[in-house]
Amino acid sequence: MSLGNIRQGKLRLQKWYLATSDKERKKMVRELMQVVLARKPKMCSFLEWRDLKVVYKRYASLYFCCAIEGQDNELITLELIHRYVELLDKYFGSVCELDIIFNFEKAYFILDEFLMGGDVQDTSKKSVLKAIEQADLLQEEDESPRSVLEEMGLA
Amino acid sequence: MPAVSKGDGMRGLAVFISDIRNCKSKEAEIKRINKELANIRSKFKGDKALDGYSKKKYVCKLLFIFLLGHDIDFGHMEAVNLLSSNKYTEKQIGYLFISVLVNSNSELIRLINNAIKNDLASRNPTFMGLALHCIASVGSREMAEAFAGEIPKVLVAGDTMDSVKQSAALCLLRLYRTSPDLVPMGDWTSRVVHLLNDQHLGVVTAATSLITTLAQKNPEEFKTSVSLAVSRLSRIVTSASTDLQDYTYYFVPAPWLSVKLLRLLQCYPPPDPAVRGRLTECLETILNKAQEPPKSKKVQHSNAKNAVLFEAISLIIHHDSEPNLLVRACNQLGQFLQHRETNLRYLALESMCTLASSEFSHEAVKTHIDTVINALKTERDVSVRQRAADLLYAMCDRSNAKQIVSEMLRYLETADYAIREEIVLKVAILAEKYAVDYSWYVDTILNLIRIAGDYVSEEVWYRVLQIVTNRDDVQGYAAKTVFEALQAPACHENMVKVGGYILGEFGNLIAGDPRSSPPVQFSLLHSKFHLCSVATRALLLSTYIKFINLFPETKATIQAVLRAGSQLRNADVELQQRAVEYLTLSSVASTDVLATVLEEMPPFPERESSILAKLKRKKGPGAGSALDDGRRDPSSNDINGGVEPTPSTVSTPSPSADLLGLRAAPPPAAPPASAGAGNLLVDVFDGPAAQPSLGPTPEEAFLSELEPPAPESPMALLADPAPAADPGPEDIGPPIPEADELLNKFVCKNNGVLFENQLLQIGVKSEFRQNLGRMYLFYGNKTSVQFQNFSPTVVHPGDLQTQLAVQTKRVAAQVDGGAQVQQVLNIECLRDFLTPPLLSVRFRYGGTPQALTLKLPVTINKFFQPTEMAAQDFFQRWKQLSLPQQEAQKIFKANHPMDAEVTKAKLLGFGSALLDNVDPNPENFVGAGIIQTKALQVGCLLRLEPNAQAQMYRLTLRTSKEPVSRHLCELLAQQF
Repeated sequence: MSLGNIRQGKLRLQKWYLATSDKERKKMVRELMQVVLARKPKMCSFLEWRDLKVVYKRYASLYFCCAIEGQDNELITLELIHRYVELLDKYFGSVCELDIIFNFEKAYFILDEFLMGGDVQDTSKKSVLKAIEQADLLQEEDESPRSVLEEMGLA
Repeated sequence: MPAVSKGDGMRGLAVFISDIRNCKSKEAEIKRINKELANIRSKFKGDKALDGYSKKKYVCKLLFIFLLGHDIDFGHMEAVNLLSSNKYTEKQIGYLFISVLVNSNSELIRLINNAIKNDLASRNPTFMGLALHCIASVGSREMAEAFAGEIPKVLVAGDTMDSVKQSAALCLLRLYRTSPDLVPMGDWTSRVVHLLNDQHLGVVTAATSLITTLAQKNPEEFKTSVSLAVSRLSRIVTSASTDLQDYTYYFVPAPWLSVKLLRLLQCYPPPDPAVRGRLTECLETILNKAQEPPKSKKVQHSNAKNAVLFEAISLIIHHDSEPNLLVRACNQLGQFLQHRETNLRYLALESMCTLASSEFSHEAVKTHIDTVINALKTERDVSVRQRAADLLYAMCDRSNAKQIVSEMLRYLETADYAIREEIVLKVAILAEKYAVDYSWYVDTILNLIRIAGDYVSEEVWYRVLQIVTNRDDVQGYAAKTVFEALQAPACHENMVKVGGYILGEFGNLIAGDPRSSPPVQFSLLHSKFHLCSVATRALLLSTYIKFINLFPETKATIQAVLRAGSQLRNADVELQQRAVEYLTLSSVASTDVLATVLEEMPPFPERESSILAKLKRKKGPGAGSALDDGRRDPSSNDINGGVEPTPSTVSTPSPSADLLGLRAAPPPAAPPASAGAGNLLVDVFDGPAAQPSLGPTPEEAFLSELEPPAPESPMALLADPAPAADPGPEDIGPPIPEADELLNKFVCKNNGVLFENQLLQIGVKSEFRQNLGRMYLFYGNKTSVQFQNFSPTVVHPGDLQTQLAVQTKRVAAQVDGGAQVQQVLNIECLRDFLTPPLLSVRFRYGGTPQALTLKLPVTINKFFQPTEMAAQDFFQRWKQLSLPQQEAQKIFKANHPMDAEVTKAKLLGFGSALLDNVDPNPENFVGAGIIQTKALQVGCLLRLEPNAQAQMYRLTLRTSKEPVSRHLCELLAQQF
């Protein structure tokens, strides 16, 4: 199972839950993007692709895609995507693509709190966000403010 | 939720990301990245030891670069160092880098494992969580070796925190999936089962995933989970929607957990009566809830509710023991078949497919046949149509076979190329399986060849020959039918193969009729000979020698054919050998010997239908099982089990027959033509639509991509699209000077960038079928300033209005800086036309009005429908169009390198079919097609003769309409 954000040919986030070589990953991403971008609105959100099922949903210009196996439940996967978007939305406050670009590591952390090894770890919005908040608090304790010069590597 | 201090820690990273986003070109981006990589490399190599913060920042930059699609070949060591940092954020970035970039076989695994070991032992739940995540992400064998023994202990230890338990369960699941042999079963398993009773629903959810996978391989070990799962499920489905607090999702109590529990129960047969009663109650409750009015209008509510419902139906089908539940499930799915949500229709069709194979619900499924047939005809999404075809196949039995087969044949005429072959296989199987009289079967297969000859694989036409050979009641009918089918001026090569074989065996059965006397049969077959591939010609030669035996009166004619130089000295060794051997055989052998050698083929031995085998290969095991087991139609195997194994039919063909190359299943020759031809057509029609990106794609376009932009700029992912503004009609100026040149670029292709200047880029994507077309125009604002009063309109100069109808959809009046808007045009060609419509684009940019007129890339050739025809038909039509005004010719110099493949692609892009083996000179190209307009159709033939030496072309067009010939000739001549 993999999850990625696709926007007009640009991948914003990907997560693989099966060992796959880099080359194969790139190929799959390219292929999947073509398939999904060719879909028209109102078409159904599921499609057979290779020996997998792809569940996708579009939010503004981002496509969220999950590849699942034959036995897996399509509708619940669709809601899995929605819950992840809700988590992002809650965390960033009205999330847009720029948030995901500039804070890609946060988007990963949230995904990791939500899913693990391709299975849902906790479906409660509160639990997931609490975990992320705690991590943010740790981050603030960790870091003392740094000067701009230091930041640019000049000090 | 407090405001997030975004990127506060790593300003350098944010600066770098901005830099990358500001790069104007791919080259600039690569340059910037290389600069950064060099910088990071020198920092990592430098003498000065880096502090943890810098290391984190650089590792994060590397990760970003990797995610952009570039290869990263260093930095792994620094990331591993971060793992042992005491600072949470450094550790976290280190783990993220490892889990994204490290694949199973990295040499670093041992170092990583060490760090993980320390974190697991730290008793710090946050660190333990990171470590478990990393194991689950990499999941390599070495990691399994190191930790598979440890993690179960963490999982069941009394003092482990809930969040760590959840991670441990899923981590163990991942290791079990990759290396099941390394996860030892033991005491811990019974304690894991009891996690189903845990207070914390998050723990139960994670544990259920783990138990389900373990139970599939070790059902005995986990069978106590059944009653626990049922009681948990029962508590969930009967709970009020608020009981489960945050685990209630849009008024549905714990949908994820419910689905998982239902999945777990599918690992087991129906439980003992006590538990069974409770489970049945649960399932009934779920079915009842589906009938209740929704608690919310949100799609999330119905999706979550139906996710549980579909999983419950899967369990009901899996148990296949409660007729009442099965029929209720079927009725529920029947309601979904007509639901307005495409997703539900799709899933209902899919789920019904499995219901159709249950003896309890097969009849109930059949009552929906009309709805399903309707879906096959009207669904706009090919994947849904495909499910409908699958379901028709699954619900087919003797009672409805004729109806279903005829509907599928009808569907085949318009079916998407991608699924034609599969439909052909299914029709062939159903026709054979449910044939009451074999004349229907023969008709059906010949129809298949007629409608979709290219997609009829060898297995299908071999099979019809096997069946006709083995059933003498159908042989005469088959001979008569193929003879009639071969009369068609253009018939598919597969038809020639079947016809050739059948007439060679059974032509004598119709020879009494003067209309199909032996010489007529022969000359009919031979008229196709020259158009066919080598394999087919070889088959026809065998038919001819069989004719010599069947009809001695044809001997002289056939010997003359065999003796002809084109056969005896044929460049193809197989053809030459057959000609030589058959000629000699016919001359030296006595009539008796000839009769023995060329005897009718013996019946074929019984074997699995080769078509069924092929369908299974295509769809994976389990496909067609509904038909295999035949449990609901036990009689069918007796009558229609393909070819019955009677003692007399189990003989193998005699050696002499082998010698003559008439074996039942010729060794697989060239790959079936369908593959190549199919792809070609798919490319022509579907390929362009799959191109991902058109027009400018600055990141900001996200904010206003296809939906019209909202006035306030950053559009949230969850926001609803805003309504569009209304453009006003205006006068337009003349087309820009380069409009013709731009138009020419699109004569042979449908997609690309139509226009670009400093301000604006216009991309085009279009597709045409018959006399209809749809075009997507993408207007990209290349500036950072909003365009005002943006209004693109389509104008019909002259009397184009009566020739071409173009419907446009409105676009928003404002286009934000960097944004792209899309406009959809529906086009109908009413009659032939010469000038393209004009596209006028007006807008205000920074207060200055801008206007621009282009020619819309709609030319008459877009409405071409390619036509395949044989050489003689081509020449016959060519002669019919011999009036001087019907022909247009141009001799011109090549503007591009003369490459046959490129030329081919252009001609196909132009829209006509390319006909091989028609022009005696193989260098030349010959094409045919019909221009489809609402009022009339214009047949077009074309011939392009390249002269490589002179770097010149001669192009000749003949059509039934004079202006069309000239116009097409001019359009096409520009392309080479």
